[in-house]
Amino acid sequence: MAEKQPLRFYSEPLPGIDPEELQGKLIVVEGPDAVGRSTQVARLRAWLEHEGHAVLDTGMARSALAGKGIQQAKNGNTLGPVTMTLFYATDFADRLENEIIPALRAGFVVITDRYIFSLMARAIARGEDRVWLEKLAGFALVPHAIYYLRAEVKDLVTRVVMGRGRFDHWESGMDMRFGTDMHDSFVRYQARLIRALDRMADEYNFKVLDASKTPDRIFRELQSSIAKLFPASRKRLGIVAPAPPRRAPRKTPAA
Amino acid sequence: MPYFRPNRYRGKLIVVEGIDGSGKSTQLSLLSQWLRSERLAVAFSEWNSSPLVRVTTKRGKRKEMFTPTTFSLIHATDFADRLETYITPLLKAGAIVCADRYAYTAYARDVVRGVSRRWVRNLYQFAIRPNLRFYFRVPLDIALGRILGGRDALKYYEAGMDLGLSRNIEESFRLFQGRILEEYDTMAEDMGFHVIDATQSIEAQQQQMRDTVMKEIGESLKKTVLRLSPGMNGHPNGRETTAAIL
Repeated sequence: MAEKQPLRFYSEPLPGIDPEELQGKLIVVEGPDAVGRSTQVARLRAWLEHEGHAVLDTGMARSALAGKGIQQAKNGNTLGPVTMTLFYATDFADRLENEIIPALRAGFVVITDRYIFSLMARAIARGEDRVWLEKLAGFALVPHAIYYLRAEVKDLVTRVVMGRGRFDHWESGMDMRFGTDMHDSFVRYQARLIRALDRMADEYNFKVLDASKTPDRIFRELQSSIAKLFPASRKRLGIVAPAPPRRAPRKTPAA
Repeated sequence: MPYFRPNRYRGKLIVVEGIDGSGKSTQLSLLSQWLRSERLAVAFSEWNSSPLVRVTTKRGKRKEMFTPTTFSLIHATDFADRLETYITPLLKAGAIVCADRYAYTAYARDVVRGVSRRWVRNLYQFAIRPNLRFYFRVPLDIALGRILGGRDALKYYEAGMDLGLSRNIEESFRLFQGRILEEYDTMAEDMGFHVIDATQSIEAQQQQMRDTVMKEIGESLKKTVLRLSPGMNGHPNGRETTAAIL
């Protein structure tokens, strides 16, 4: 069941990178806003480290180059949809070349909280051309596994209201005014995002997980699937790994 | 393969391209003064000038953080911001937008840096196709003679030092510009450039530019492009002031 080595690029090799050298594993957790991705990523990290793997976790808008610039741009009022897409693509490329690839070369397990798919889904939800986006993001590495935490919009609304207690401007797609207020815009925008991600699921081989299940249940599903990526340690671990040490989710800025 | 989206707006987009020292900015400035003297609404946009992206670009350059891919992407981001917030609305309003460098600059520079030609062509697919594309062709030595000596010290990325062509910054600049020149020459026909021989006198080049403008878009300048009515005062010396009269 283990995915085939070596890693490869989707359509456009990055200059100066030989994917044969990349020994680590690349694991992607995707899904819409407020679906519980960062909680799962934090638990996966703790579990994998407990198992003796070196782990790098990364996520959108965390690059040394563009992270700050994106946050500043989002605080202003003139960030257009194409500009936003390309700014995030810059951020992604910087993390890919300067964090993800070096970590993979060193044999790390890289867990990334969102990948090119959220970037593409956000642009598609805003009316950008899908083919343009696929070619643009073609320099991404094909991950060993992509887990898509899938939720219905109504569940996302519940999570936002019960969790943070207010709607976020960008998570509501208010730059595009999909609705007259944050709630209406959130509902329409998130529905578009989910539709865009759903459409990618087959083509990009997403493993779809139902986000309405309990976090523990989702975590166990992730564990048993990820364990299969490590054939050598599988015997030692058993098919289902032991319960992980509990750890508070790491607080990360909303991307 | 079609490059860019067609310009469906009232306004017209004129771009100049060429290596550093080709004299393109001087020519574009003269052209815009002439158009303005005809009471036409003219706006400028320069390569790498988006306020939204400035901090990131500066940071990347200062710390030498760029790879060919991120260098390409941050310039595309800069371009997209200018296109979305400045160029497109002005074209819709009916202005003539004069751009000092356009996506062709990225086509040339990024490919020289090792980015795939196919990928960078796709990257700028969202751009609006310019109505006129002037390419100022000049032999390398003449361009270098205009630039070296008479200006501040060359900068790291400007001289293509990231390519590792030479440790000597002037030599690196020379090699880098030479390769960019080759890239421009290769695309000139495909992109439909109006090629101007930039070894001619400034006056002769300007005359050729104005003739081309009248021949290619003269009709639109008379009919559809935004024009000041007799009672309105423009800003005769302003470079960035057209937005104000719109």
